[in-house]
Amino acid sequence: MNHLIQLTDLSISAKEVALLQPLSLTLYRNKPITILGQTGSGKSLLAQAIVGLLPSELSQQGKVEVFGQTHDRHSVMSLWGKEVIMLPQEPWRALDPLMPAYRQVAEVYECLHGMDEESAFNHALADLDKVGLRNSAAKKPGQLSGGMAQRLAVTAATAGGAKLILADEPTKGLDVSRRDDIIQLLMTSARDGGLLTITHDIEVARQIGGDIIVMKEGVVVEQGLAAQILDNPQHAYTQSLIAADPRHWEQREKSSIEKTPVLAVKNLSIGRQGKALSKDINFTIHTGEVVGVIGDSGCGKSTLGDTLLGLLTPVAGSVNKHIDGVKPHQWLKLFQDPPAAFTASVTLGVLLEDLVKLHKLDRQRIAPLMSKLKLAPVLLARKSTEVSGGELQRFAILRALLLDPVFLFADEPTSRLDPIIAKEVTDLLVDLAKEQGCALLLVSHDPHMIAKRCDTVIQL
Amino acid sequence: MMKQFNLNQKLGFGLLLGLFLFAILVGWLSPYSIDQQDLAHRLLTPDANHWFGTDHFGRDMMTRLASAIILSFSLGVLCVLSASVLGVTLGVCAAWAGGRVEQGLDILVNILLALPGLVLVLLLSAIAPGSFLMMYLAISLVQWVEYYRVTRAITRTLMDSPERQVSVMMGFGKWYQFKRHIWPAVAPSVFTMGAFGGANAILMMASLGFVAVGIQPPLAELGLMSVELFPFYAEAPWVLAQPLLVVALLVLGFQLLAGASRESLNSAD
Amino acid sequence: MLWALLKKRLAQLCLVTWGVGTLTFVLMRSLPGDMAYRIAASRYGQDNVDSAAAELVRQELNLDQGWFSSYTSWLLDLLQFNLGNSLVSGLPVSETVAHQLGHSLLLAGCGILLSVLIALPLGTLSAKKGGVVNLVVVWFSTFTRAMPVFVLGLILILLFAMEWQLLPVAGFGTWQHLVLPSITLAISLAAVSNRVVHNSVRRVLRSPFYQFSRVKGLTEGQTFLRHGVRNMAVPVVAFIGIQLVSVIEGIVMIESLFSWPGVGHGLAHAIFARDIPVIQGCALTMGILFVVLNSLIDVLCYWIDPRGQQEQ
Repeated sequence: MNHLIQLTDLSISAKEVALLQPLSLTLYRNKPITILGQTGSGKSLLAQAIVGLLPSELSQQGKVEVFGQTHDRHSVMSLWGKEVIMLPQEPWRALDPLMPAYRQVAEVYECLHGMDEESAFNHALADLDKVGLRNSAAKKPGQLSGGMAQRLAVTAATAGGAKLILADEPTKGLDVSRRDDIIQLLMTSARDGGLLTITHDIEVARQIGGDIIVMKEGVVVEQGLAAQILDNPQHAYTQSLIAADPRHWEQREKSSIEKTPVLAVKNLSIGRQGKALSKDINFTIHTGEVVGVIGDSGCGKSTLGDTLLGLLTPVAGSVNKHIDGVKPHQWLKLFQDPPAAFTASVTLGVLLEDLVKLHKLDRQRIAPLMSKLKLAPVLLARKSTEVSGGELQRFAILRALLLDPVFLFADEPTSRLDPIIAKEVTDLLVDLAKEQGCALLLVSHDPHMIAKRCDTVIQL
Repeated sequence: MMKQFNLNQKLGFGLLLGLFLFAILVGWLSPYSIDQQDLAHRLLTPDANHWFGTDHFGRDMMTRLASAIILSFSLGVLCVLSASVLGVTLGVCAAWAGGRVEQGLDILVNILLALPGLVLVLLLSAIAPGSFLMMYLAISLVQWVEYYRVTRAITRTLMDSPERQVSVMMGFGKWYQFKRHIWPAVAPSVFTMGAFGGANAILMMASLGFVAVGIQPPLAELGLMSVELFPFYAEAPWVLAQPLLVVALLVLGFQLLAGASRESLNSAD
Repeated sequence: MLWALLKKRLAQLCLVTWGVGTLTFVLMRSLPGDMAYRIAASRYGQDNVDSAAAELVRQELNLDQGWFSSYTSWLLDLLQFNLGNSLVSGLPVSETVAHQLGHSLLLAGCGILLSVLIALPLGTLSAKKGGVVNLVVVWFSTFTRAMPVFVLGLILILLFAMEWQLLPVAGFGTWQHLVLPSITLAISLAAVSNRVVHNSVRRVLRSPFYQFSRVKGLTEGQTFLRHGVRNMAVPVVAFIGIQLVSVIEGIVMIESLFSWPGVGHGLAHAIFARDIPVIQGCALTMGILFVVLNSLIDVLCYWIDPRGQQEQ
């Protein structure tokens, strides 16, 4: 029997609201399926329903067959570990914070395979070695990086012998190189078995291959072979999803740079608490220039921006601000996590008012800027917690631009946003910054985004 | 603020308001004074003249209860106000200024934390027994520490937060940062601590009365009344039950008002 | 990290000794009237006292010296563990307090043990079952918490000692005398701690890592033992540290109520009788005990979770 999972008209709802419309699919051995979609598409719920982890407030209808047997949410629990495994979305939180890495793997051998402590230990160590975590075997999850934690989670999950793997956003928050490692790891672990991956990242879908199912708001929008869909998308939504991948962005013309320097950096070494992360950096930024900074996690991209703004002291070298007559409040920063940059105690309108009153700004500028940033006026009456991430980030841009900044440090401003929104926000940011003649330092871990939108690139 | 109260909190508020109004009304309208003795009518069951009966000296129970409630309320509210203002102010200063200021305050707090509050209050009250002022000072001294620690912990995390950093970069001053960032984050905890603090202050006062170092007779205080009436539990249980019940209701009211559970505060520490 | 913690506790030890010493000194100097005469009267009896006896007491307590030299000699005495003699009984304070300490530790030990035996099952059960069970436990906890601990004791005395005559009212001597005081302490502690256990158990049972362990294939029992217990213990053990305050405060009240001859009872009586040396001795013992117990809790917490609570 070749099909591992068969879903017949599976639907999920919360009381009266339908979260997932009736859906049927079949997962075959060695033919992975990738479910592609953004937040709210119901993709995670689908995986949870298959594996029996759907929250009890939600109800599911339809038939779920695993290995040819019909299961409901209770009976499928008997398959956990030995036959079926679901990888958690956020590995940090899914690993026991007080237990060292090797034990989280070894205990599966002890409990599921009945091994004694020593053989379990040896097996665990061998598994960790295969993924390059041997040296971190005694560490606790808090001491591991995102990529390492994910590798540990996969190792611990597959130690039970399960060959049917469901992975929910396995590469969330990972660098490009780590992402590729995890994808390879997943495909190896699922060899001769089944792999169902949930993601919003086109690149992940492309590398895994197999079949793709595109979902939007609980409905299947398109499905078919990966290569076909990605090269020749039929549905408008799929097309916009693919267009949102920075790889496919159109290349912006590099603008002719005015020669007015804003900031110059000489022999700069940056770091935190005296330890240097990156050395001998030299460059100059000019008004209206978009400078991109790329590099892996931990190389100091955020540290560079903070150092340029004066929030951190350089370990060595100098940062020289060249422009005169500029007030301190015209050097600003955009944060990675939009809600963290706003207080939730008052409405957004009140926050803007505060700013207007402080600097005696011209209120007439607000409305046109809001429409350029596609922000509906009704948002002003809401608090930061009642507004989406994309809207909040655009609001942050609005707030910054009202102050006529000369330098704006955008620290991975779109990494927490869905791809389609992310593209919109990045475009708006770059366009408006150039329009106002503001220098923009854009940090990202996606080299394509930087290449397509920046005039100059700095590699750390 | 009232509409943000959940059911428990509304219950607590109602309970406290009821007790307070009762005490005010009785104090205003009662024909008796709290030390008016009438030995011919000791330990009466409730009747037309004495709605709550009389104690072992023939004094009207209702009047004495009302007076005791006002006393407890006054102490509770005063202590909470003083302790919270002091604790929050110092907590914000310590977290903001850091360095020597924080270290100095830490040493002071360390001293105060070395003794359980009641022991310290007992010692201080022994120096001036019966003095309301001393009790108020001692209890406030013990209670401000908690506000300090919680406020300092919350303020510290806010110091490094993106939201405050943005405000600083945009040019907002210290008062604005307090108003929009620190106070909204600290306020819920302060309210909860205040409600529990009120309950605690009343409990401490009753405990002091119980060991005869608190309010002295013939003044009416709930703990003192419990001790005085205990020998008569068999003859007149309804009389003994009154101060016990009232103290429990007062404390319950404050605890319900607090809303959150006390234990959840410690995770902010 | 652990050293920093212990150093802080050591400093607290010194500070508490200094603090108690200073407060009792202030207390002594602040007493109205002729202290010496009153103390002599309480020691020898009202009829037997004369100015010679009062003079002796005055010398003994250095009541005629200027306050600063008096203060320094007071502190010096303290540092040398010279706690003097009781003004009421004449016996050395250190002996009296040592005896009392033993009784208090017995009461505290039984009380804490019983409270754990009550709180752990109640908290775990209410977290696992929820619903009606949880509601009942919440009501019981709220109701018990609202009472001062001596009211709780009074109610238990009324029921068990007076109405049903099952146990003695107060005093010391047989194991039956220990029952009511320790149950009172246990209930007052458990009313709060069972909620902490409940919250901790709930949080861990719902955590992603608990779920992941099950998804890996471990049974409920294995997951609870390997992942549940240790993670649940962290906030609970820390909370015990906070409850130490309630334990010591409770001891004062409970011992006074049940006439249990411990340090709390000693302190209350000494305050009543203005027996300064005993006040100092008892208060000092309580302070030191408190700091020592807190240090033990610090070590325990560190052993369970070396990250320290700041990182949560």
